[in-house]
Amino acid sequence: MTRILLMGNPNVGKSALFSRLTGVQAIVSNYPGTTINYTRGYMKLGEETAEVIDVPGTYTLEPTSEAEEIALRLLDSGDIVINVANAINLERNLYLTLQLLERGIPMVVALNLWDDTRHRGVDIDLEKLRGLLGVPVIPTVALTGEGVKELVENVPRAISPHRPPGTRDQRWANIGKIIEQVQRISHRHHTWRERLADASVNQVSGGLIALAALASSFFVIRFIGEGLINYVLDPLFNNLWAPVILKLSQLLGGGGFLHDIVVGKIAGGEINFLQSFGLLTSGLYVPLGVVLPYIVAFYLVLGILEDTGYLPRLAVLMDTILHRLGLHGYTIIPNLLGLGCNVPAILATRILESKRERFIAATLISIAVPCAALQAMIFGLVGARGLEYVAIVYGTLFAVWIILGIILNHTVKGFSPELLIEIPPYRLPPWRAVLQKLWLRTYSFLAEAIPIILGAILAVNILYILGVFNAIANFTAPVVTGLLGLPKEAVTALVIGFLRKDVALGMLAPLALTSGQLVVGSVVLAMLFPCVATFVVMLRELGVVNMLKAVGIMIVAALVTGGILNLIL
Amino acid sequence: MHRFGGRFKDNKPEADPVTLAQLKSGQSGTVVDIQGGHRMTDRLNALGIIPGKKITKASAMLMRGPVTIEVDRVEVAIGFGMASKVMVRPDRVP
Repeated sequence: MTRILLMGNPNVGKSALFSRLTGVQAIVSNYPGTTINYTRGYMKLGEETAEVIDVPGTYTLEPTSEAEEIALRLLDSGDIVINVANAINLERNLYLTLQLLERGIPMVVALNLWDDTRHRGVDIDLEKLRGLLGVPVIPTVALTGEGVKELVENVPRAISPHRPPGTRDQRWANIGKIIEQVQRISHRHHTWRERLADASVNQVSGGLIALAALASSFFVIRFIGEGLINYVLDPLFNNLWAPVILKLSQLLGGGGFLHDIVVGKIAGGEINFLQSFGLLTSGLYVPLGVVLPYIVAFYLVLGILEDTGYLPRLAVLMDTILHRLGLHGYTIIPNLLGLGCNVPAILATRILESKRERFIAATLISIAVPCAALQAMIFGLVGARGLEYVAIVYGTLFAVWIILGIILNHTVKGFSPELLIEIPPYRLPPWRAVLQKLWLRTYSFLAEAIPIILGAILAVNILYILGVFNAIANFTAPVVTGLLGLPKEAVTALVIGFLRKDVALGMLAPLALTSGQLVVGSVVLAMLFPCVATFVVMLRELGVVNMLKAVGIMIVAALVTGGILNLIL
Repeated sequence: MHRFGGRFKDNKPEADPVTLAQLKSGQSGTVVDIQGGHRMTDRLNALGIIPGKKITKASAMLMRGPVTIEVDRVEVAIGFGMASKVMVRPDRVP
C-alpha cells in the first residue's frame, strides 16, 4: 500500500490536515509539539486506498529530540511526502522542504494557513514557487477544509525533481533567492491580538495575565465539575440508580459473596455509592459520578487554553523558575497535561531535547502532579472535610514538586538545554476542534478507565474475602501506622493505588479517618507508585534503569513527605 | 584600534553589534553572527535566526529569563544564554 507522510515544521497544522484527509480524529492544538508519536489513517487515492501518517513536526532532518528522531525514522518508510508548510513564514519552512527534496522522495507541498496571508500582508506567487521547487504547491486551510480537495487531486502528481544535496549555507542561500522571487510583504498595523500577544510575554502584565488565566481556569473547572455532580450525576445516581440497586440487593438476598461483589455493603437501606464498593455501585459511581464531571471540565478548559495559543507564552513566563528545577519553560506543558492524566504527559516529554530533562520531568510528573481522576476524588473526599484540607494537599504537592525538582537539578548528571520555541499567534479557539478534542479525550478516559476500575474493585473484594489484605496490613503496619499515622488497613488503598488512584482514595472513605489522616493518605497516595498505565509508559520512555531510579525516588519522597505531614497535622 | 560606530555619530552609518540579550526591548536590528556550536546554530537557523535577518526584540523576562523576538512575522522565545550568543547590529534610530 502506498504510504503518504505528512511532514512539516511544528505547529503548521499537520494534524488538522490529517483529520481532513483521513477522517481520523487527531488531537489538534495551537502549540508546537502536539503530536509526539505518529498517527495512522487511510485515504482514497483514485481507486486505491493509501495509508497516511501524521508525523511529528520537525524543523530540519537533523533531529534534536526524540519526537524529531521519530519523524526521521518514518521518512525512510514513506512513498510520498505531503510537506505541510506555513504560508505566513514560508522562508523558514522552506529549509525542511529543500532537505526533503534532496532526499529524492516524491512530494507535494501544502501551503497551509493560506487564509492568514491576506490580513498578515503576505503575497506569494504560487506559479513561480511551483516552478522553482519543481513540485505541486497547493494552498490549503486545514481548519476549514479549503484546498483539501485540490491537495488530494494533486497527490498522484507528486514527483521528485532530483535536487542535488547541498550544505546548510547553500540551502539558506537558495531559499533567499526563492523568497526574493515569490514573496512580497506589505506593511500593516498591529491587531488587538498582537497587542495582547506582546502583553502576555511582558514580565508584569504577563504575570498578571498568567495568574488570571490559571485562577479563572481553576474556578471554571470547579464550577463545571461541581455543577455536573450536584445537578446531573448525583440526582441520576440517587433517584434513578439507587432504587434499581436496592431491588437487586433484595434479589441477591441482602448479603453474601455475590451480593458483596455486585452491590457491595449496604447499611440500613441507604446506599453510599462511594463506600459500598460493589461493581454496580462504587464501580460505576467512581468513574461516572465523581471523575467524569471533572474530566469533562478539565479537558474543556485545557482544550481552550491549548487552542488559543496561550501555553507557549506561559512557557516563556515560567522559564526562569523551571530552570531551577533543571527544566526549561516548555516543560510546563507536559506538567499541565499531567493534571489531566500522567500518561500523555510523560509521552509529551519526548519533545524535550535531553535525557536528563526527560528524566526529571517524568519523575516530577509521576510523583507530584495528581491526575484529574485523583483530583476529583480529593475534592469529593477531602473537600467534604473543608477546603482548607484540600489546600494543604495541593500546597504539599506543589512544595514537593519544587523541592524535589531542585534536588534533582543538583544531583542528576547531564545537561539541560535552553528554551527555544516558536510562539504561535493568538487565535480564537475553533469550537469544533475544541469539542472534538474534548470528546476524544473523554472517550479514551471512559474506554480505558472503566474496565480497570471495575477490575480493581473486583480484586479488592476478592482479596478481602481471601484475607490477603489482612496479611499485608499486619506486615506493613510499622510503616503505615508508625510512620504515617494511618490505620494499618490503609495499606490496602496504597496497594490498589497501583491499579487506579481514584478507586484507592475511595478505599480510605470507610476507614473513619481524621481530617489530618485523610490529608496524609491523599498525599502519600498521590506520590507513591504511579498507576499501572503510568508505570508502563515510564518503563517504555525512560528504560528499566531510570524507571527504577524514579520509583526509588518516589518511595523515599512519599514516605518522607507523609511522615512530616503526620508530625505536623 | 579605531572604533567605528556609535548610533549618534552621523559620519558613521552603523552601530556596534550587541548581543540579543543586550538589545533593548522594542529595538530592531540585523543578525550579524551566531557565536555558538554547530548544533545551536542549526536550531536557531531553523527558527529563521540567520545572519542578515531583520529582527525586533519584543520583550525580555527579568532575572536572565528568555528573550522574545519577532522574526519574519513569527514570535520566537530564546533562552538567555543562547540570546547572549546571537550578535545583532541595532538599527539606527532616526
